[in-house]
Amino acid sequence: MEPIRMIRSRTVVIASTNIDTDQLMPARFLTTTTREGLGQHLFADWRYDAAGQPIPSFVLNQPQAKGCQILVAGRNIGCGSSREHAPWGLYDYGFRAVVSTEIADIFRNNSLKNGLVPVVVDEATHAWLLENPGAEISIDLESRVLRLPDGREVTFPMESFARYCLLNGVDETGYLLSQIPAIEAYEQRIGA
Amino acid sequence: MNPTTLFEKIWRAHEVVAQTADTPAVLYIDLHLTHEVTSPQAYSMLRERGLPVRRKDRTLATMDHSTPTDADQLFGRIPIKLESAAQQVSQLEKNCAEFGVELFAVGSPHRGIVHVIGPELGATQPGKTIVCGDSHTSTHGAFGALAFGIGTTEVGHVLATQCLLQRKPKTLAVNVEGALPAGVTAKDLVLAIIRQLGVSGGTGSVIEYRGSTIRGLSMDERMTVCNMSIEAGARAGLVAPDETTFAYLKGRPRAPQGADWEAAVARWRTLVTDEGATFDREIHIDATTLRPMITYGTHPGMSVAIDEAIPSDGDAVYQKALSYMGLTAGQSMLGQPVQYVFLGSCTNGRLSDLAAAAHLLKGRRVAAGVNFLVVPGSDAIKREAEALGLDRIFKDAGADWREAGCSMCLGMNGDTVTKGAYCVSTSNRNFEGRQGVGSRTLLASPATAVAAAIAGHVADARQLS
Ligand code: SF4
Repeated sequence: MEPIRMIRSRTVVIASTNIDTDQLMPARFLTTTTREGLGQHLFADWRYDAAGQPIPSFVLNQPQAKGCQILVAGRNIGCGSSREHAPWGLYDYGFRAVVSTEIADIFRNNSLKNGLVPVVVDEATHAWLLENPGAEISIDLESRVLRLPDGREVTFPMESFARYCLLNGVDETGYLLSQIPAIEAYEQRIGA
Repeated sequence: MNPTTLFEKIWRAHEVVAQTADTPAVLYIDLHLTHEVTSPQAYSMLRERGLPVRRKDRTLATMDHSTPTDADQLFGRIPIKLESAAQQVSQLEKNCAEFGVELFAVGSPHRGIVHVIGPELGATQPGKTIVCGDSHTSTHGAFGALAFGIGTTEVGHVLATQCLLQRKPKTLAVNVEGALPAGVTAKDLVLAIIRQLGVSGGTGSVIEYRGSTIRGLSMDERMTVCNMSIEAGARAGLVAPDETTFAYLKGRPRAPQGADWEAAVARWRTLVTDEGATFDREIHIDATTLRPMITYGTHPGMSVAIDEAIPSDGDAVYQKALSYMGLTAGQSMLGQPVQYVFLGSCTNGRLSDLAAAAHLLKGRRVAAGVNFLVVPGSDAIKREAEALGLDRIFKDAGADWREAGCSMCLGMNGDTVTKGAYCVSTSNRNFEGRQGVGSRTLLASPATAVAAAIAGHVADARQLS
């Protein structure tokens, strides 16, 4: 995995609360057996009409969304299904961070494993971000600080090991494999 | 030793390496359930790294999400209509053959929805850690197992190492006391719990369901409750094992047998939250005040009692949900016309659900214009239901009796609700488009589903019997 230290970008705002992973990636796109190419299906039912044409009022179809790497979403994004296809789709589309006041557990875990940084902020910061779509902000993983355009700094929580992995491009599978001796010892101890 | 919670006991027993400030715990997984949708990329990872499945004896696979429920397609008499689904099924067969993983494929008497077959086989047992690339893995917590959903990268971790990296979650006690009133089911109870907690109220937590009401539930009912823990944001829900649990498991093919059985039960009896142990948070529910529940919105927290009006105080997001659903604030759900009824899923697709539904349906007819799909949770349940003649009751009433699978719960296999149509569904999610693009899902119990099928609109099942 590529190390990530800093994400600097304009934001895209989708203010709906409880954006579930069925919205992020509808079930009919889960029949893929690879990870690639899911960006085109991201938010498919909000993004395209029945004829497959882009719905102009949806933010991802508007020119200012192009190139944005930070998605600001309403409270509790990623609830529902455990499908990792949701963060794969967000990453493939070009997003590198998701900002909200609450991020659902499984989606947050899945995001961390795919270079998509989940950033939980306080209500006031969130309210400001929702009101200012397109704001140029930065997310500094090293210091766990989100910087607003006026220079205000907001720290965000980040599990220390996940942060270490993102900063150093360490992949968790490799780390777990290095634990095999301890796993074998455990299995012997419990007679498994 | 300090009094500890059930969760804490299971967690500690599975710590290969305890968590530190810098590193999460390495948690051992006793049972890994897999299915066709969330496993292909995990097998690709094994292949890329040249790794085997480390503990084949702790890994089971089934196909359920994208398999057809139409017998001709399922058994290959005609091709599977959805080509992508067919491909995913054959990919799973290939992966399981190559890596030596036991697979309950089409034709196996044990095939079914992953969360239905684990308990049915007796593979789901108290005190185990159980994971699956599927959020409703919480179902298995009904047996006092620590069971939770994981993503595909983590499926790869478990295949390769039989372990996961995990931070210890918080604990949340949901205490339910009192007898459920007549006509109020476990599904109504869990919908009421989710309404009270909110859809993110359980985030970061493992729920333990406690109290006299929970003790009085059958295993099927406990599974219905634990199944929907994730709809309150909790990755896992637990019920302490007791005589009901042991009676259910005894004699099941993968349960301990003979002398091992006695030893296992003795061990399982210690799996309770000690007197005096504390939870990070507790809520209390009085079961005696509950009524049948039904959802009206686009997440499982948006529910009302069947005879209650849709609340009218809501923000823009709330209004958007109502407009998607084509419903208005202040309206009663009773009398709302429906075009589909779905009885099935890992929430309510077990034998007792089918039996309860058939009991209400017997001698009655499905209303004209209603498409009533009945999908057993597993092949075994289908056989048992047929042995009891339940299939006849459904068919005679005009319902569509199908092969086992997830089916219309998520519409991946082509069983979908048409755009704008209403479906009373015994499944667990009413998200926008969950049952097909533009579908409008009303979550409810099997009894409420049958009442709607007979009336052609939302109706109160308590007035049926
Ligand atoms: S029945 Fe529905 S919720 Fe259960 S495993 Fe299948 S798709 Fe998931």
